[in-house]
Order: sequence, then C-alpha cells, then structure tokens
Amino acid sequence: MTFGTTAPVDEQVLHHSPDGGEGEYLEIALGPHHPSTHGVFRMDVVLDGERVIKLKPVFGYLHRNHEKIAESASYLASMPYTDRLDYICSLTNNWAYALAVEKLAGFQVPERAEYIRVITAELTRLVNHTSTIGFLTQEMGASGTPLMYAFREREKILDLFESLTGSRMMCNYMRFGGCRVELPSGWLEQVKKIVEEFPRFLDEYEQLLTGNEIFMARAQGIGVLKKDLAINAGITGPMLRASGVNYDIRKVDKYGIYDRFDFRIPLGEHGDVYDRYMVRMLEMRESLKILDQAIRDIPSGPIMDPKAKIRGFRPKPGEAYGRIEAPKGELGFYLISDGSPHPYRYRVRPPSLINLTVLEDMCLGSSVADTIVIFGTVDIVLGEVDR
Amino acid sequence: MLERIKAEIEAAIPGARLEIIPNGSPSGQRSMLIDPAHASEVAKFLRDNSEFHLDYCSNVTGVDYLDKDQTPGHLEAVYHLYSMAKKHGPVILRLRTENRTDKVHLPSLTPVWRSAEFQEREIFDLYGIIFDGHPDLRRILMWDEFEDHPMRRDYVEPDDYEYEPTPHDEVLEKAKHHLSRSSQTA
Repeated sequence: MTFGTTAPVDEQVLHHSPDGGEGEYLEIALGPHHPSTHGVFRMDVVLDGERVIKLKPVFGYLHRNHEKIAESASYLASMPYTDRLDYICSLTNNWAYALAVEKLAGFQVPERAEYIRVITAELTRLVNHTSTIGFLTQEMGASGTPLMYAFREREKILDLFESLTGSRMMCNYMRFGGCRVELPSGWLEQVKKIVEEFPRFLDEYEQLLTGNEIFMARAQGIGVLKKDLAINAGITGPMLRASGVNYDIRKVDKYGIYDRFDFRIPLGEHGDVYDRYMVRMLEMRESLKILDQAIRDIPSGPIMDPKAKIRGFRPKPGEAYGRIEAPKGELGFYLISDGSPHPYRYRVRPPSLINLTVLEDMCLGSSVADTIVIFGTVDIVLGEVDR
Repeated sequence: MLERIKAEIEAAIPGARLEIIPNGSPSGQRSMLIDPAHASEVAKFLRDNSEFHLDYCSNVTGVDYLDKDQTPGHLEAVYHLYSMAKKHGPVILRLRTENRTDKVHLPSLTPVWRSAEFQEREIFDLYGIIFDGHPDLRRILMWDEFEDHPMRRDYVEPDDYEYEPTPHDEVLEKAKHHLSRSSQTA
C-alpha cells in the first residue's frame, strides 16, 4: 500500500532519451520530509540531468480530517484545535476562526480586545517571518547561525505569549466576541521593549543577508512567479505581494481596527526568491509600526462582548465566510450553521496549501538545490496543508 | 450587487438559470446558485467582465446535504470569489449535483481559476464530486487505494483498526461487535 497519491509520471516520458541523446530522465521522490521543519511533504520530481522538468507535490501525510472533527464538536471546542493548523501562528488562526463565528452570530468585539488582537497578531507575524527567513537560509546551506539569530528573537516573543496565554505556541487565546484573559500587569511594557529593540536585530540581520553576495546569487532571478499567474492561482500573502500585486486583506477588508493604523504594504518587482525574502523583511518593519501605534492607543475597558454566549452556543441557521491576512496569506473559515450546537459545515481555507499550487510552475527548469530554496520561500506549515 | 450580477449574466448568457440563495445569519452573505450546464460560461463572464472583474477565486468548499436535510439530497460546491483588481467581494457561487450517488458530476472551474485545482481535488477526495474538465483529478489527502469519501455525512468508518486493550464507552460497544464478528469468521 502506498500512502499519499503518486504522481502520474508518463512512462514514455520517463524512459525516452532526452533530446534524442543517450540517457534517461530520472524520477526521484524528494521527501517525504520537510527539508527543514517538522511535518512531512513529498515532491515527486522528474529530472533531466539536474534540471527539473516535472514536479508534483504529494500531500496528506499529516491529514487528520480536522474539518470532520470540528463538525462533530461544539463551536468553541474547535478553537484549541485551530492552534494546530499553522502551529507557528496559533494566534492568527484563533483570530480567523473567531472572526468567522462573529460574522455568523453577529457579535461585537470591544475596542480593547480588538487592540489586543492586533498586537498579538502582529507579534505573530514577526515570529513567522523571522522563522521563515531563518529556515530559508538554512535551506541555502547557511547552517545554524542565521536561524539561531532568528530563533533568539522569536523566543523573546514566545515568552510574552506564554505569560499572556499560558502557552508558547498553542495559545488558544481568542474567544467569540473578545479575548480569554486580560493582559498581565507589565505585559505592554515588555512588548514595548521588544518593539524598540527589534529594529536593531533587523538591521543586523539585513547586514548579514540583504547585501550578501552568496545570498544574492542564490536568490535573485530564481523561482520567478509572474503577476497574472499569481492572481489566477489564488496566491496570497507575502508571496503574492512579492510578485507586485497590491493586495493585503488588512487594507482591503479593514477587519478589526486595521483602518486606524498607519502602515504601508511592501511590494516586490520581480517575484523571485529575493523579492519574497525582501517583502517579508519589510513587512516586519511595518508590523513594528503597527505595534508601536497599538501600544500607544490601547484603551482600557472590557475584553468580551457581554452578549456573546460561549456555552450552549447555537447560532441562527445561515453561513459566513471570515478571512484575515495571516502571516502566510489569506486564512479563511467558512461556516454553515443549521441552528444546532455543531457547525453543519466547517471549512478552513489554508493559505499554505493554495500557495503550493504554483510550486511546479516556479521550479520548472531550475536545479534541485534551487527547488529546495524556492519551496522554502513558499512558507508552508504541514499542519495547515494537510489538516 | 448580487441582483445586478444576476441580471447582467442573464443578459449575457441566454438560458443560464440562476437563483439567489438567502442567508439567515447576520453576516448577510447571500450566494447564487448556478445550473451546472452554464457554470463555466458564467465563471468566465464574471472573471473577464470589466465591471465585476472577479479575478481571484479564494475558497472552494464541498458541502453534503442528506435527504433529511434538503430534499432531494445533493452535494454542493461553493466558490468564494473576490476581485484583486477592484478590491471587492465576496461573490459566492454554488453548484449542485443532481443526487449523492450516481449523478455527481459538476464542471470544473479550474480552467477559469487555477486556485481551484487543489481544492477541487480535495472535494473529489473527501466528498466524491467528479469535476469534469479538471486537469489532474486524483485523491489529494487520502491515499489512492482508499475507497469512500470521509467527509460525507453518512460516512461509516471501516472496522479495520486495532482496538486498545481497555476500550470503554462507545469504543467498548464497537470492540464487542468487532470481536464477536471476528470470532464467527475464525
């Protein structure tokens, strides 16, 4: 028995000599393992020498039918489970699910809770982008150092998450109509300290990478994704913006209170690996700007909608699609209610899975070593791809 | 806006049968039911029309309705469309199969929006809707040899797993049934 689907590689293609010369194409399975993180993922690749001529991603190794489990549980019971989708960014997952349920039930979120959500979400973006760039350098062969620099900063933010939610990564913090607990005393001051110190780390990191000759040689002109294809294939997040499409859901939908902050959307020009790196770098600086404003303006007040019912919650029959700009792209939840305590349909729109649609298009013609780097800039987490 | 889209489609594509589905929730996101015969045409029209310009298909969902939920029971594919150029949306399209057993074909919208490629494969895998015209319709999350469609509401998990040594509650009931069955065959 084979697990996962096998790529339908045409036998004739496989055993025909390329260009009428000697030799054959070679089919290899890259994986099943993620080259740098947990989770398992396979790429079935057909090579002509070292050139990739066909690439089929294979999923499902981590499939646990998250959606089916959620449909037999109450609405609230799925909240901790959303942490496990993209386990690097549990707080944005919480937010997306809470937003969808709030749309479904018509809850209002108090102002202070909205600010807390923005602060935690932007911190999550910092965590995600530092990790992604760290992993990317790891995949380029810069073993250890840049990744550890990134993890050093990430750890400081995870400490803050732990003091707020009780968990470093599985935060389970947001609730329908607000947030679970009030900020611990002194928490905002700690965030402020991180926001002040973070640019120094970014400068250091950029000095290490942005103008680095080896990094540029490995990244520039590699894995180009054209604008039109990116839109048609539903690519979202930093990967879309690196291809030059100005689409950020924080600006488009203005969900929560994002219309109150002054921040800009970094855009790429070439859509290559280097642009995807650079967009993430610049996005972190914009996140710091948002954090700065949010810490300054956060009001006091309640953090839960008093009308929101958590236990025995039965929304009216109907449906809602809620989406946010998660660090990896558009994370959406689509819920259909039939008036019972369980969702009739619970669907996760995972940015990681859909961003992989163009993996083959980006990798065709490149070498195996570049394929790994291109794959690194897609920025996926298998917990979300396979669900 | 949905009324205007409906009117424009009806004017541009004669014979297209459209129906607006109300939504009782405070989200107010209504959707439009399209007949499968004209779905590809309608999708192309919505994507290329200069006013709506729905160039981005965000989310594709499969839904299963049993006979007791909606008569007759059917499978549904729901498409959430947005416009990246005009920054509006969502426009929600629904396609329905005739029944849940043998007439489960729908036209694939992957040729119109590439983003539907993996999502339609997922619906094929988990719900069993067959998308005609999909370039690469294979199982995506379950393995190739797997039969049945686990997201269907009447799915019964196969009794082929090993029971824990001390089952309890509903697992105990299942284990009893399982053990009595295997002793009969042995």
